[in-house]
Amino acid sequence: MSVRDSRQGASGAEVKRQIQLPFAKAVEIAFKSIKIRFWRSLITAAGILLGIAFFTSVRMSGEFTRIQRGIILQKKEAIAAGTLKPSAEDVRQVNSLEADEADRRSSEMRLKWLSIMALIVCTVGITNAMLMSVTERYKEIGTMKCLGALDSLIVKLFFIEACFLGLIASVMGFVVGWAVISLVRLVTDGIEVFGGAFWLASLQLLILSVSLGTVLTFVATILPAIKAAEMPPAAALRVEI
Amino acid sequence: MAANEYVVRTKDLVKEYTMGDQVLKALNGINLDVYRGEYISIMGPSGSGKSTLFNAIGGLDKPTSGSVFINDVDMAQLDAQELAYLRCHTIGYIFQTFNLIPVMTALENVTLPTVFAGMSTDEGIERGIELLNLVGLGERLHHKPSELSGGQQQRVAIARALANNPSIILADEPTGNLDLNTGKEIIELLKRLNREQGVTIISATHDLKMLDVSDRIVWIRDGQIAKIEERADIAIKVGEMEVAGESEAGH
Repeated sequence: MSVRDSRQGASGAEVKRQIQLPFAKAVEIAFKSIKIRFWRSLITAAGILLGIAFFTSVRMSGEFTRIQRGIILQKKEAIAAGTLKPSAEDVRQVNSLEADEADRRSSEMRLKWLSIMALIVCTVGITNAMLMSVTERYKEIGTMKCLGALDSLIVKLFFIEACFLGLIASVMGFVVGWAVISLVRLVTDGIEVFGGAFWLASLQLLILSVSLGTVLTFVATILPAIKAAEMPPAAALRVEI
Repeated sequence: MAANEYVVRTKDLVKEYTMGDQVLKALNGINLDVYRGEYISIMGPSGSGKSTLFNAIGGLDKPTSGSVFINDVDMAQLDAQELAYLRCHTIGYIFQTFNLIPVMTALENVTLPTVFAGMSTDEGIERGIELLNLVGLGERLHHKPSELSGGQQQRVAIARALANNPSIILADEPTGNLDLNTGKEIIELLKRLNREQGVTIISATHDLKMLDVSDRIVWIRDGQIAKIEERADIAIKVGEMEVAGESEAGH
């Protein structure tokens, strides 16, 4: 009580506490905010989408090569066991597999390298897109605080926006990258690689890509948003970009 | 009523900025009492500490030492939620650069503080339309700031500042980005609100046109109050100052 008493002046005046808006209201404001800057949101989302599409296509391409090799190895064993009458094409595939052992090693290394690069490019791309979209709104954050927004509301708004954009764009990015590389492989490798192993690999990659995209978007948005929300409004209003 | 006589009081207000290894005293012991319903102008050249004083009174920045009392409550003692309530309900802010949210329409900008206050959407829109009519922008509810002139943008900002019926309006160089006539209109609008709604107006400015409407003028220089004048005291001098004001705005 003593703290409360010390806040009161001679007249016993007291300041009420600002109300916390319900979460549903925050969702409503966040979605309105995405909608009114539709084109800007679209460009941000495209940044996330492209990053994830690139990552997905490189990883999926690696999976296809692995699956195809598995199929040829199976054929080789079947031919050795005499259960498969090899066609000319099968013989060619098996022979090339044996001849290319050294080549395969180096191509696997290349793929691993490419996959790491894809991860880095995607991380930098998404972080850049989200950092830009928050820092260009520092002034807006300062203004909202002047109008009575609580720090927690501002963080909540950016949290909802980041989760929504991150999720939608990552799923779309996965679909684009996955569809493109699958189409290419359908033309070059034929239908035989699209078996159970393909669907399993797709599912794993879906989970990996979407969580990667969403988490990256979330971290890259929420950290600067918290920083901006905790600034005194005068400082946030002064920020020039 | 005696306890309510002052709406804003500052006591030994000091604000220091550190620039490299130099300490800059933007405010150096400001003691200022503002009466309820007063129109007060804080005058001074740029760099004199006007904006720093504006930020300290509005709770937008923390002073290094000293205190600000709003309605007899020491602002330094408030927690984040109480401070947010104060910014939402008690103080309305007007800036030199308007600080409207560019992607929102005039009406959405004015409605925003009512959202933070927890008003329902319909009530907020009704209030927004009423206020935009009051500042003479009833025909431009759905225009974005980029589709409005500087004077119109400042009117939107004034309507927004009034959204939750504040008892104080703080204005930081409200006419700084406006031409002479538009500036005059904005000053007249502020004076009208002061007279009709009884809202206290504290305006940091170096626009001499403000002298005419102010009840008191606080001159500050180098972070200190140089003198405080009642309007009656300077009435005789206004003529020559207006000339000075126009020649200043001209260059």
